[in-house]
Amino acid sequence: MTKKVHLDHVHLLHLLKAMIRIRHFEAKCVELYQAQKILGFLHLYDGEEAVSVGVMEALTQDDAVIATYREHGQALARGVDPKCLMAEMMGKLNGCCRGRGGSMHFFDRARRFYGGNAIVGGGLPLALGVALADKMQRRSTVTACFFGEGAVDEGEFHETLNLAKLWRLPILFVCENNLYSMGMAVERAEADIDFVHKASGYRVAGEKVDGMDVVAVESAARNAIDRIRSENDPYFLECRTYRFRAHSMFDAQLYRSKDEVEAWRKKGPIVRFQTWLEANRLIKPEELAAIEEEVDKEIAAAVAFAEAGGLEPVSEVERFVTMEAVPS
Amino acid sequence: MNTPQANAAATRMTYREACKQALREALLSDSRVFLMGEDIGRYGGCYAVTKGLLEEFGEERIRDTPLSESAFVGAGVGAAMAGMRPIVEIMTVNFSLLALDQILNNAVTIPHMSGGQFAIPLVIRMATGGGRRVGAQHSRSLEGWYAHIPGLRVLTPATVEDARFMLKGALADPNPVIIFEHVMLYNMEGDLPSDMEKVDIAHAKLRRAGRDVSLITYGGSLFKALEAADALAAEGIDAEVIDLRVLRPLDTKTILDSVAKTRRCVIIDEGWRSGSISAEIGMRIAEEAFFELDAPLRRVCSREAPIPYAAHLEDACLPQVATIVAVARELVRPS
Amino acid sequence: MPALGADMEAGTLVEWLVKPGDRVKSGDVVAVVETQKGAIEVEIFLEGVVSNILVPVGARVPVGTVLAQIDGAPGAAPPLPLEPAAAALKPAPQILAQAPPMPAITAPSSRLKITPAARRRATALSLDPTMIVKGTGVEGSIRLADVETYASGAKLAQRPAKKGLDLSQMRQAIAAAMSRSKREIPHYYLTETVDLNAALTWIERFNAEKTPVERILPAVLFLKAAALALREQPQLNGAYENGAFIPSSSIHVGWAISLRGGGLIAPAIRDADKKSLAELMGAMRDLVERARRGNLRSSELTSPTVTVTSVGDRGAESVTGIIYPPQVAIIGFGRVVTRPWVVDGRIETRPLVTVSLAADHRVTDGHIGGLYLAAVGRLLQEPDKL
Repeated sequence: MTKKVHLDHVHLLHLLKAMIRIRHFEAKCVELYQAQKILGFLHLYDGEEAVSVGVMEALTQDDAVIATYREHGQALARGVDPKCLMAEMMGKLNGCCRGRGGSMHFFDRARRFYGGNAIVGGGLPLALGVALADKMQRRSTVTACFFGEGAVDEGEFHETLNLAKLWRLPILFVCENNLYSMGMAVERAEADIDFVHKASGYRVAGEKVDGMDVVAVESAARNAIDRIRSENDPYFLECRTYRFRAHSMFDAQLYRSKDEVEAWRKKGPIVRFQTWLEANRLIKPEELAAIEEEVDKEIAAAVAFAEAGGLEPVSEVERFVTMEAVPS
Repeated sequence: MNTPQANAAATRMTYREACKQALREALLSDSRVFLMGEDIGRYGGCYAVTKGLLEEFGEERIRDTPLSESAFVGAGVGAAMAGMRPIVEIMTVNFSLLALDQILNNAVTIPHMSGGQFAIPLVIRMATGGGRRVGAQHSRSLEGWYAHIPGLRVLTPATVEDARFMLKGALADPNPVIIFEHVMLYNMEGDLPSDMEKVDIAHAKLRRAGRDVSLITYGGSLFKALEAADALAAEGIDAEVIDLRVLRPLDTKTILDSVAKTRRCVIIDEGWRSGSISAEIGMRIAEEAFFELDAPLRRVCSREAPIPYAAHLEDACLPQVATIVAVARELVRPS
Repeated sequence: MPALGADMEAGTLVEWLVKPGDRVKSGDVVAVVETQKGAIEVEIFLEGVVSNILVPVGARVPVGTVLAQIDGAPGAAPPLPLEPAAAALKPAPQILAQAPPMPAITAPSSRLKITPAARRRATALSLDPTMIVKGTGVEGSIRLADVETYASGAKLAQRPAKKGLDLSQMRQAIAAAMSRSKREIPHYYLTETVDLNAALTWIERFNAEKTPVERILPAVLFLKAAALALREQPQLNGAYENGAFIPSSSIHVGWAISLRGGGLIAPAIRDADKKSLAELMGAMRDLVERARRGNLRSSELTSPTVTVTSVGDRGAESVTGIIYPPQVAIIGFGRVVTRPWVVDGRIETRPLVTVSLAADHRVTDGHIGGLYLAAVGRLLQEPDKL
């Protein structure tokens, strides 16, 4: 941990709350999924909360974010309104994308959240473009590009890292390495599982960080962004993490043992951070209770908002296939 | 080859030059416009369209890219989302397949999927078509595939004036636009009316009026159709030639009006017949002008094979004037 | 024995058109079979040489019965070692006349090849495209120009007198239309004998004061009565197309005119029900004259909604017509004859005419037809009101 992270009481509670918000939001999603109010795919971020929360803490509102299809946590940590997200999950008109995107495709223009992308690796080239545009428009911003370690298998990863370095674009590559691309274990997919090493093949500097430690992630991200701005170069962050739940809702998890999952759960980002806070007397039980109560209230309000939302009229289904103007 | 129209107050130039002037005008008139693509800078462009632009506009706006079609097309999408007006050149349509994910899953999907939060004002230019003896992997005509995709505008300039001015319309469009430049047209010369400033990018155009049969085509086949019409005229058959210009959204009205007039139609399409744009046009005619038809619909398409290198085989695969003439004649004067 | 309709169970072989040793090919007509629906030609779908006729003329056999054997059919199974008696009972692949079970009357092979534009134009002209014998379009299809030529050419059809009209072509056209009618339209026929005493008396008085040009013929009364009666039975006036009857709001009577040298044409007298007798007489004269000169307008040929034929003085006592498709009725008036007739219980001689109706059973039943004929008879009793 470096001096860059201001570990004051308020900030620590803020980090914990941000992670609990994601965890509880998704727990509610599972409930709604089982009640068939949420349909389709549901890729839970359960276990990976520290990555998004840590990285987003290091970004400013002017920075840009490219997300994956496991982006509930990324969107919530970025500050997208849980109400709009829940409504989107339920396919409602008051969702962030009018119910057209669903779980895998959250977009929020106001927060420069350039979308959950369900094509593995598909977001990487977009990050190039957003960063290039910002650079050409003389904006001193950073584009944070999230992707799983599965995306490293794709050509886009290699093309993008090469170009990012070649054109010296301000991109923070955030590899959420949860060890499995669906059921494919990383060591079964990669000849070299050292991702930082891979990035270095394109002369992109990077480091590995414990993705289960929110403070470590935030600290690494802050350092990375400082470096991006000062060196005028991209940076690569591998966040080692773990997904506690199935890949999606249709997954018997034949590819890993229950023991493995249990062992990782014990190292979970929330339980670990909370235990550390308690052990160091940095949080009082009533503060924890208050956080959980506030979060649950927020989520209840989000569900109520979503439930009250209407459906987009079928007559509008072709609207925005072509745009009439570029939104400003 | 000549463009059909000759104008006294006109400048004569090649299609290539027209493309270049269009790019230059775009770069001069809007600082958000920049070019990306393989060998567009120092090399001067695979088809020499961008020659000289690097010297004039510099490396930041004329960006040579590595051979990473998916990355630089995706970068174009991202840059368009973030306020720029990128023009991406993919050397040929054959290589665009490496970027198809970015075009389909991102460029044309994000505006709709984001509920209208983002537009993608991106222009992609690419060369298309056969006839240059360069074998299957450099000779495809896949513009019909792209015309399948909602959200995309697909332009096929076939004349010098369209090469010169379609880009302007494409850049004004808030949506992704693909411009297909047929490889056999770059050296074609034509007259550009000096008072011309723009063309529309929404309509097909009547290139020759006729009463007996409609020849409906686009791109590199336009001049074959016009030549066929001349040959038919010598036989007393008055053929009408429609240049589609825009494959998506398709200008159905112009097609239907022509067919309603001539009641006979031959669609000439360098794409393969099965599932082609010609199939789409034929079906629209069947749906909306069925009772106007006084003869079966006919098509002249490429043979359903990869385009071979050998000249005689390539010629046999591509639509040719003699075939168009024979098919049209048979509709008007059955043997 | 091929299935020539879903409801067909058996058929009678009435004629063999081939004999053993004959070479046949797909599409040849090889036999005629009598069914509930009438005589139907049996097509063969194989190629080869007829080796054995198994069902004699006159025999009634169930559908599926082998009618004859053919050798050398490509793809046919090798001849089965069947006893001759058994062979006649079991269908085998090398046996001819295995017509697919489809209604023969709408077999695709007989479907008219006509372009959509030509069909639409023909419909607009109320013209039967089957009358156009030869199409000049792709694959011999009838195209727009053929319809136009036919429509205007029907008037030219009269030129024979002067310019050597191709009567055989008209013959062919009549053949095509009448064949189609007989093939597709289930006709029913009714007749009614009508006393013309009042009518003829009235005509005599009417004509007495007129110049020869103004005089009317009994046929005019027939025409008017037939037209007016249609107002009471509109289901006899219109067209049957695409499986549905479309009644006509106007009564345009096709007046059958036989041409010198043969041939028949039935141009329309428009709104015949609304015209006065003098107008009708004028129209008839004009039509006959122009028909014989070959000077009819195409619209006159294509617009009739019903046909009336009157055989006149030299015709037969009664006539039962064949409906002109897509019309649904034809009314026939025979020669006026003087016959004993019972009037008020006494036998008297009276001028009588036999009025017939041939109507399309898909549209009306005999009850309607009977009411119609009764109306014609009633109207002819009050000629002054016509």
